[in-house]
Amino acid sequence: MFLSLKRVVKTGFINFWRNGFVSTSSVVVMTITLFVMGSLIFVNEMLDSSLELLRDKVDINAYFVIDAPEESILAVQGTLEQLDEVETVVYTSREEAEARFRERHKDDEIEIQALDELGSNPLLASLSIKAKDPTHYERINEFLQSDPSTVSTDGVPIVAKVNFNENKAAIEKLEQWMKAIETFGMVLSGVLVAVSVIIVFNTIRMTIYISREEIAVMRLVGASDMYIRGPFVFSGIMSGIIAATVTLISFYPLSIWLGPSTQEFFGDFNLFIFYTQNFGRIFIIIMLTGVFLGAFSSFLAVKKYLRV
Amino acid sequence: MIYFDNVSKYYSDDSVALEEVTLSIAPGEFVSIVGHSGAGKTTLLKLLLVEEGPSEGSIYFHSTDIHKLRRAHLTKYRQRIGTVFQDFRLLPNRTTYENIAFAMEAAGRADDEIQADVPHVLDLVDLSDKMWNFPDELSGGERQRVAIARAIVNQPDIIIADEPTGNLDPINTYEIVQILKKINDLGTTVVLTTHNKGVIDSLGRRVVTMDSGRIVRDDTSGRYVM
Repeated sequence: MFLSLKRVVKTGFINFWRNGFVSTSSVVVMTITLFVMGSLIFVNEMLDSSLELLRDKVDINAYFVIDAPEESILAVQGTLEQLDEVETVVYTSREEAEARFRERHKDDEIEIQALDELGSNPLLASLSIKAKDPTHYERINEFLQSDPSTVSTDGVPIVAKVNFNENKAAIEKLEQWMKAIETFGMVLSGVLVAVSVIIVFNTIRMTIYISREEIAVMRLVGASDMYIRGPFVFSGIMSGIIAATVTLISFYPLSIWLGPSTQEFFGDFNLFIFYTQNFGRIFIIIMLTGVFLGAFSSFLAVKKYLRV
Repeated sequence: MIYFDNVSKYYSDDSVALEEVTLSIAPGEFVSIVGHSGAGKTTLLKLLLVEEGPSEGSIYFHSTDIHKLRRAHLTKYRQRIGTVFQDFRLLPNRTTYENIAFAMEAAGRADDEIQADVPHVLDLVDLSDKMWNFPDELSGGERQRVAIARAIVNQPDIIIADEPTGNLDPINTYEIVQILKKINDLGTTVVLTTHNKGVIDSLGRRVVTMDSGRIVRDDTSGRYVM
């Protein structure tokens, strides 16, 4: 058993080396495939991160009536924070709202004048609520409209308005887009991977087709299936390992080069940082895919010529 | 040792390769099978090598029906047969040494055995100086001698030679026939197909003549008669 394994490895290595041109072409095709797969990992990650960024920007604000006591508002905040759907709740008092207004319009005298002329602060206290998921806003909105804590002691609602309905259309649109992009991304990845696998499979099949007579001879001198197939499978694995190594190395300068522009475009996402931080995971995915592709394609391709 | 029991082989209804062939070959015999192209010689050998199956009848090696062998046993059976073909069928990307070593490796022989036996058989076919050449660096006669060395290295019970001299000039033909005779003298059964009259006449051994898939003559010390 050990002797056969040793011979299979040795023969596989020698065949790989002597059939230089054929080996090179399968390595090249496999490298392209693995490159496509790696790029898909990056694109997915970029999409995820930009979707996350967009999600993060969505929130709803609940404005409270002018005479709503602060403790009632804080009580609502407390109840909201206990909801599973809620990520964060930030309280903005009327005074803070005014300060912010003045800060924002400090160059706009007319606005400031208008505010001054009113004599009293017209701005409302508010709670800015961020949900864990955009689909949860509907439910939070319902809560704000109906929960007993949002009603004052004399039965008047203290919530003046929730801007959910204004944001609703935007939130729903965003939802749809995210789902569409995710579905599209998955379908595209699937198609690309399938196409690459078929190309790799056919390339390896072709290299083995060249050896079909050799396989027939092996069969005739009484070599067992495993003994004939082994070297081809081993050569396939070698192609996979080399292709994976080339791919992983080529991602390095590429990610350095693309890093700054991805950061600029996607805000939070730097390709180079992502690649270096996730190198272990990407290494395993690319290497295993290469080895599996090479071994499996060779295994299947030889099968066809073993029926002598 | 080999017994063809009423064997027929049809490729289609109107293409008959062998028809009701019954033939027995004893251990140590040197049997030449002669006939025109399409007479059924190669089909007969293919059936013996289990490259193809018979349409009717059975083929026995000792008492085993070789077409009922399982795959693993078939491998073992093939290791007991050495084959030599007109087109040599060497592995093109292996040296002379490796081509012969391959047959031994496939039979599961140990490395030191291979290292000892390969030079020995190469010496037998007078190719010791071409041990590290690839097949495309050898002449036709040399390639055929490599093929013979490969066929005999596992000390098979039978050598099957399918028109081994078909691509060779008279001098190389003579040498190959002498090697086959020597192998036979050492006790190995040889089954040879050829349509070279000179080869048959010089051998003076058993000749089976085939025509249109049938055996028409079987002479114990025959000449080429068509």
